[in-house]
Amino acid sequence: MLIKFIEFIGAVIEKPLLGLGRIILLLGATLKGTVRPPFEFRNLVNQMLQIGVNSLPVVLVTAVFTGMVLALQSYTGFKRFGAEGLVGSVVALSMTRELGPVLTALIVTGRAGAAMAAELGTMRVTEQIDALETLATNPVKFLVVPRFLSGMIMLPALTAVTDIIGILGGYFVTVILLGSSSKTYLRATWDYLEIQDIYSGLLKACFFGAAFALISCYKGFYTSGGAEGVGRATTGAVVFSSMTILISDYFLSAWLFK
Amino acid sequence: MIELKDLYKSFNHNSVLRGVNLKVEKGESVVVIGGSGSGKSVLLKHIIGLLKPDKGTVIVDSSDLSQLDEEGLNEIRKKFGMLFQSSALFDSMMVWENVGFGLKRHTHMPDQEIKEIAVEKLKMVGLVGVEDEMPSQLSGGMRKRVGLARAIAMKPEILLYDEPTTGLDPIMADAINDLIIKMREELDVTSVTITHDMKSAYKIADTIAMLYNGVIISTGSSEEIQNSADPVVRQFIEGRAEGPIIVEGINR
Ligand SMILES: Nc1ncnc2c1ncn2[C@@H]1O[C@H](COP(=O)(O)OP(=O)(O)OP(=O)(O)O)[C@@H](O)[C@H]1O
Ligand SMILES: [Mg+2]
Repeated sequence: MLIKFIEFIGAVIEKPLLGLGRIILLLGATLKGTVRPPFEFRNLVNQMLQIGVNSLPVVLVTAVFTGMVLALQSYTGFKRFGAEGLVGSVVALSMTRELGPVLTALIVTGRAGAAMAAELGTMRVTEQIDALETLATNPVKFLVVPRFLSGMIMLPALTAVTDIIGILGGYFVTVILLGSSSKTYLRATWDYLEIQDIYSGLLKACFFGAAFALISCYKGFYTSGGAEGVGRATTGAVVFSSMTILISDYFLSAWLFK
Repeated sequence: MIELKDLYKSFNHNSVLRGVNLKVEKGESVVVIGGSGSGKSVLLKHIIGLLKPDKGTVIVDSSDLSQLDEEGLNEIRKKFGMLFQSSALFDSMMVWENVGFGLKRHTHMPDQEIKEIAVEKLKMVGLVGVEDEMPSQLSGGMRKRVGLARAIAMKPEILLYDEPTTGLDPIMADAINDLIIKMREELDVTSVTITHDMKSAYKIADTIAMLYNGVIISTGSSEEIQNSADPVVRQFIEGRAEGPIIVEGINR
């Protein structure tokens, strides 16, 4: 009975444990590849451009509308107790601390993360990764390291864009559509925004970038089962990355803003 | 040069190799024949360390692959050229970049020179004017030949060919056979070739080895295999459906 139970538990946790072990090993190999020459500058620049070009339009649209809706909602809410002068701070604080990094990370995951998993997955099932190895090239160094680094660099960069555009969106709604004073909005933005709000948000973005890139590469790297397997890896990468971002966001916030 | 000793490999519960022994001398051309799904590609991947055996050893140039660290393995791999059954071209790179990949990674040649070499290798496999195309634009037979050009680009000491003539027309297939022979005669290449094409096997082989039920059941020169009395070998080289090899699921 007891043995049956242990076997059952073992069977249930075997797969997640194997996955976790592989991710940790992949992270180790990636970090090792990051610090050891030769460096794959060309691949890194390519990846950074791809993430930027792929994601920027969607990021811009999301940022401007998020800033706008934040301003709209807080304006109508705050008006009830005469605090509409604080809309600027609400927008600025929510964007920099929370919505900027998280929304950007989720969008970039949907675009760039899915692309990474699909590309590496295809390379796996068509034996291109094996071919790299036969040509004496470490596939983790050649494929994973540039993606990992570009995620870590580009996500904070895109988050900074989101922050600024979001604040401008809020300005547009508050000042131009709702007729509040421009000076009040900007004062409220500046006076309550601290440098820590900005860099902690960017720090979160950096972590999210590393996380989604590593997870997406892992899903692609261990793909099996042809075209169907590539599809599974791609959805798996987006779901698993998004969950990781949302869950780790709570703990990172609790730690950064304590 | 290459020695496989008592190699075992299974995937989940499918045991593919069950004690393979094979020796390839320097400069020798060995052809491995065997039914579809008998584990020929798996065998070839063990020689270059893409797959690790469950049991047994692979020795290349007197080093045991399982004893090597990553750098050691990469040093050994630089001696190899491998043609994949599926070609395995990098589809994000142009044809010439595929062929020149090894040169780009492991030498300091300028791109111009790499491209010239790539064009020359492509010519050797009968491809002209495709260097700036993407692999997805090529036919299956052309992709195979690009894969072949990539395999020979670094002037390797050991070449592994997984079905080099499959998917080619008979004239091109014979030209590739001649190329394989030329590689051995002029560059003293050691090679292991997998093929279903018996005509090509007789032409290029010093030794033919037949893989059946996870072991090498027979080895010998082209003549010895042609005159073999083993019913399994006979059935295979004569290409008969009747005989000791069971064709599962096909009613006769
Ligand atoms: N990576 C793998 N994972 C699981 N099973 C595998 C893997 N590679 C090969 N196999 C299995 O090993 C067996 C032998 O495959 P292999 O590709 O070596 O056959 P083959 O002799 O090359 O056949 P063909 O002539 O059709 O190319 C098959 O049953 C296949 O399903
Ligand atoms: Mg095969």
